[in-house]
Amino acid sequence: MYAVEEKNDVFTEELKLNLGPQHPSTHGVLRVELKMDGEIITASRCDIGYLHRCAEKIGENVTYLQFTPYTDRMDYLASMNNNLAWSLAVEKLIDVEAPERAQWIRVIVAELNRIASHLIAFGTYGIDIGANTPFFYAFRERESIMALLERPSGARMLYNYIRPGGVGHDVDDQWLADVLAFCDEFERRWKEYNTLLTNSHIFIKRTANIGVIPKDVALAYGCTGPVLRGSGVKWDLRRDVPYLKPYDELEFDVPVGEGTHGSLGDCWDRYWVRMREMMESIRIIRQACPRVPDGPFMDKKTSGMYKTPLKPKPGEAYVRCENPRGELGFYVVSEGGTSPIRCRTRAPSFCNLAVLDVLLPGTMIADGVAIIGSLDIVLGEVDR
Amino acid sequence: MGILNHALPNIGPVKAVDTAIGWGRKSSIWPMTFGIACCAIEMMAVYAATFDLDRFGAGVPRATPRQSDLIIVPGTVNAKMAVRVKRLYDQMAEPRYVIAMGACVCGGGPYVKWGYNTVKGVHKIIPVDIFVPGCPPRPEALMDGILKLRDQVGRDAVFARREQAGKEMDGRYAAAS
Ligand code: SF4
Repeated sequence: MYAVEEKNDVFTEELKLNLGPQHPSTHGVLRVELKMDGEIITASRCDIGYLHRCAEKIGENVTYLQFTPYTDRMDYLASMNNNLAWSLAVEKLIDVEAPERAQWIRVIVAELNRIASHLIAFGTYGIDIGANTPFFYAFRERESIMALLERPSGARMLYNYIRPGGVGHDVDDQWLADVLAFCDEFERRWKEYNTLLTNSHIFIKRTANIGVIPKDVALAYGCTGPVLRGSGVKWDLRRDVPYLKPYDELEFDVPVGEGTHGSLGDCWDRYWVRMREMMESIRIIRQACPRVPDGPFMDKKTSGMYKTPLKPKPGEAYVRCENPRGELGFYVVSEGGTSPIRCRTRAPSFCNLAVLDVLLPGTMIADGVAIIGSLDIVLGEVDR
Repeated sequence: MGILNHALPNIGPVKAVDTAIGWGRKSSIWPMTFGIACCAIEMMAVYAATFDLDRFGAGVPRATPRQSDLIIVPGTVNAKMAVRVKRLYDQMAEPRYVIAMGACVCGGGPYVKWGYNTVKGVHKIIPVDIFVPGCPPRPEALMDGILKLRDQVGRDAVFARREQAGKEMDGRYAAAS
């Protein structure tokens, strides 16, 4: 941690500071109660619940298919990945496997959405640190992804595209070609980002050696995703527990933090993991696009679910997926009715946020903002 | 100030001044940096390069309510947040405007039936000028809302609005007590 050297013979009056819930740098409606000694944070407490939207209760009242749009709205930056996890959970419950074509399409759209989500993390992190320009660059590429994903799904942001048993609509060859064209375009842009922000001297000064999460702390707090990988733990569900068949056959690396600028697991490491993950996603998409096989895009068993709701046998299922933010899990319990009796979400942002109270004490307030940004939380998912 | 507000709007030259001020004000609406849920991401997309809200003079988001003219409420307001939204609105200086963005703040949206905790429409807490429905509204829809608000701001007589706001306030306090 960036040790702040201060002699302890001069004290300032303790100040209670309220960060949020409308503070622009808390990435949503997070409120953090800080106790300050001058500019140094002595204690912090997170206050969440400003975006609690009753998602789990809603899940117990609507049918399995109807709940898919609500999963969109949990982590609204990565809707496709949320749809995917929910669909897999329901599929496990009704013992159905999506057709081959659907699986490959799922991989492509999920990875595209991962890039879009990391782009927002990159752009808004720049704003947190005080660099406004990356935001505009990031949103330019994000718009291209939105346009691509809009074509099969019909929506810009909350897609409701991956559904139990397959995907909502088919894609055509032109779309796949356009996705590949985007990959080439993006690679060039990505280099631009690095000159813009990653290697900027000011940016490194602001993020390196700040908010260090040691390996054991990250594991103890149940951190997942780039936060865990930033601390040097090589754990990615796509590689270790492939939840879609194609991930088994694809080649990709799992980037982990290396402590490039001094300490392992600092804000810069987490940021750099995200940046490299974008490139890995591009690599996955490049391999996946030519390999999408012909065939149906929806399983026969579930294609009737639009008229007669699914009625799984009594039982339970738990499925976890690698979201841009970490490990998303859905636990569904069925008693044979048209809606589950329990539908629990294991939200990655929620667990990643827990580590914040350990990181903040002892740092300067400006670094506190950098730390919150580097965790990349989405409050819709924290509160659900 | 009270006497001035009541007497001025009826005098001719004041109206001309009002029009001039209105033109100036509608060309520099400063919204507040304020995001709640999914709709906030679309709002950010509107600020960004592709849609570029700055073309209409509304692209300078302010981080504090005291400097902003417009509050776009982008996203579900729940019981805990409602208090804060009301407070933010109260902290803004007159003349102030509100855009309700998204189905959630227009009337409940997807959470209207089972959302035990959500406020079904932000108009229940603060007065809304423009409703932009959609879940989330496309950036074009939000821009259309802002263009409509620009027209309204241009037509608004500053002094008249102040008087009306005062009356509204009185009415609300009377109803509350
Ligand atoms: S209207 Fe839809 S997109 Fe907007 S906040 Fe509500 S659920 Fe999210």
